[in-house]
Amino acid sequence: MRERADQSDAAETNLSSLPALFPAQTRSLVFEAGGKRLIDNVDLTLQHGSITVVMGPNGAGKSLLLRLLHGLLKATSGDVLWGGRAMCEDIRRRQAMVFQQPVMLRRTVAANIDFVLKLHGTLQRERRDELLEMAGLVAFAQQPARALSGGEQQRLALVRALAAQPDVLFLDEPTASLDPASISAIERLVRLAYDDGAKIIFVTHAFGQAKRLADDVVFMHGGRLVEQGPAKAFFDNPNTREAQDYLDGRLVF
Amino acid sequence: MRMISVLASLAMLWLAQGMQNANADDNFIVLQSTTSTKNSGLYEHILPNFTEQTGIEVRVVAVGTGQALQNARNGDGDVLLVHSKTDEEAFVAEGYGVKRLDVMYNDFVLIGPEGDPAKVAGQTSPAEALGRIAKAGVPFASRGDNSGTHKKELLLWHSAGVDPKEHSGQWYREMGSGMGPTINAAVEMGAYTLTDRGTWISFKNKGRHRIVLEGDTGLFNQYAVIRISPEKHPHVRTKLAQTFIDWLVGPDGQAAIGAYRMDGKQLFFPNASDARS
Amino acid sequence: MHVHDFFQAFRLAADLVLAADADLMEIIGLSLRVSLTALVISSLIGFPLGAAAGIWRFPGRGLIAILMNALMSLPPVVVGLLVYFTFSRVGPFGWLELLYTPTAMIVAQTVLVTPIIAALSRQVIEDLNREYAEQFRSFSVPPGAAIQAMLWDARYSLLTVALAGFGRAIAEVGAVIIVGGNINHYTRVMTTAIALETSKGDLAFALALGIVLLVIALSVNAAVMGLRATAMRYAYA
Repeated sequence: MRERADQSDAAETNLSSLPALFPAQTRSLVFEAGGKRLIDNVDLTLQHGSITVVMGPNGAGKSLLLRLLHGLLKATSGDVLWGGRAMCEDIRRRQAMVFQQPVMLRRTVAANIDFVLKLHGTLQRERRDELLEMAGLVAFAQQPARALSGGEQQRLALVRALAAQPDVLFLDEPTASLDPASISAIERLVRLAYDDGAKIIFVTHAFGQAKRLADDVVFMHGGRLVEQGPAKAFFDNPNTREAQDYLDGRLVF
Repeated sequence: MRMISVLASLAMLWLAQGMQNANADDNFIVLQSTTSTKNSGLYEHILPNFTEQTGIEVRVVAVGTGQALQNARNGDGDVLLVHSKTDEEAFVAEGYGVKRLDVMYNDFVLIGPEGDPAKVAGQTSPAEALGRIAKAGVPFASRGDNSGTHKKELLLWHSAGVDPKEHSGQWYREMGSGMGPTINAAVEMGAYTLTDRGTWISFKNKGRHRIVLEGDTGLFNQYAVIRISPEKHPHVRTKLAQTFIDWLVGPDGQAAIGAYRMDGKQLFFPNASDARS
Repeated sequence: MHVHDFFQAFRLAADLVLAADADLMEIIGLSLRVSLTALVISSLIGFPLGAAAGIWRFPGRGLIAILMNALMSLPPVVVGLLVYFTFSRVGPFGWLELLYTPTAMIVAQTVLVTPIIAALSRQVIEDLNREYAEQFRSFSVPPGAAIQAMLWDARYSLLTVALAGFGRAIAEVGAVIIVGGNINHYTRVMTTAIALETSKGDLAFALALGIVLLVIALSVNAAVMGLRATAMRYAYA
């Protein structure tokens, strides 16, 4: 996708000139709203080079954690550190996020991608066409984005996020309301992004999806970080009672 | 999208063009005028002659005499043409005007509804006529706007020994409007009202109203012209303004005024030479 | 004014338009020129202002919203007086010699229309921002670019806003008659011409002019709505 092979020298130089984002850490992270503690004292460390899946029941604080990591929300107390530095605009510009409900700009499909390319000063027709091709949306390039189906919109949202060439890609239950074919397409795109060197942090409810994608798992419950570890170990033999119950519940239904 | 931007550019060009045209020509004067002279169509009759002879455009701003005087005090005009002698003399005395010159006259008439409910017809003096209206309590529409006509009307009430303001909101209706809207209202309300003859003759919406009183010397209506003093407002176009006044009170202007007819009737009677002699 | 006059007015209106009466065309031309110029200027000021008020959170934001909404109901006569005092010889900008010119009329209508554009576009942009805000924050869109993008994406809604502004400008008489003076062949527009004919008692003719004004307003609205409908099929959903 990014033709790393051809441009590897340039890419390496570019990467090395930027400060490292990893390990990413939260320290005693607390988020409160309406008098309720929604994120409760989370200490989390994330490493580069893996797909991390965040799991947990409704109201566990998965989406909030993602937004705190991405700097969309301000922590009540505690820190979010990327490579030892506090969250700032420079760091966020190296990240991208795909939301559960894709936010489509009221423009054509192509213009949606151009918007992000332009923000990053990389507006090129070839680059846009390449992203459209990846999403399988070439035929819809000049259609209004909001006229696309739900699955198409989410594919567009994903490649639009990739237009920023993010080092970190957050996905907040991107396939929650999609059909199986669309889910498969999204997962393929996530894999591509991962292969291209992006750190993936993926929130999902879907047990099967987690198993398919995860290298490691972060399990949240009641705003607390309950368990973190390699995916296989988590699914086969969770350490905590909460995780066991959650997995059991999922398996029953 | 490209077509829209082309259209937009063309539109902007057109708008900008208009603004330029608007300010290009400097050969004009602003005449602060009473409404009666404008609504009667007099200016459209006489001004083209003047503009043809001199090349000077006369921009007429028609408002009530009160507002015209105030605008002129503010220096927003070069020449004043109104009909309220006391105010005009004060205007000159205060130094805002150079000199007051009589231009023309017509007269005021009292108009009233068909059937003449206050039995005004046949009276000879305005005082008696108004006294009857007050006594009968028949609606009377007053300009109520400090215009020359309004001031004249108040003088007539005074001579009738009636203070109409005591009955304001009852039979005495202060319209707060120009002559035309006041007549329109009088026609609808079946009210009497005082108007200058010129406006009445040229007025289109007479309904069944008619003149019930006319001809008394107390109804005389003199129009005068005043050049605005450059001492108070140095920017005024003194030379152009004087050219206009000279023409207006001179033979050509006076003849043009006298020649104006509406429905075969003369509306204004030039009398500049009377005053000067 | 009687039933007869009422029908007479429609015939007169038709005759005026069909004959392409030169005076009438001049008056229509000036009306459009003044109101459209005022609209363009108001839009250039009002859209960014409205967008900024709709997007940015700052202290006193609610107060500004109330103020903008209140200014929408500013009576044209009051605006006329304010502009009159500004451009009168005794006013601060008398030396510009703009009183009783089309430019003064444009200024007055701009003052009249800008609050409408700003207040209504604030509403439109605020709604859009509710949808876009988090995504834009994620993209790290700079504030200026965010305003630009939202104005562009809301363009068809803003077209309706502009129409509301145009309607106010083309229909008002109170402001332009004071600062323009209703000077024949110079500052006479549709509404002041209607006022003049009314004061001449020629009610049928006044109404005929009113009908012509209505037809113009209808055409402008139809044209814009047509454009909006076509454009929406292409770039918007």
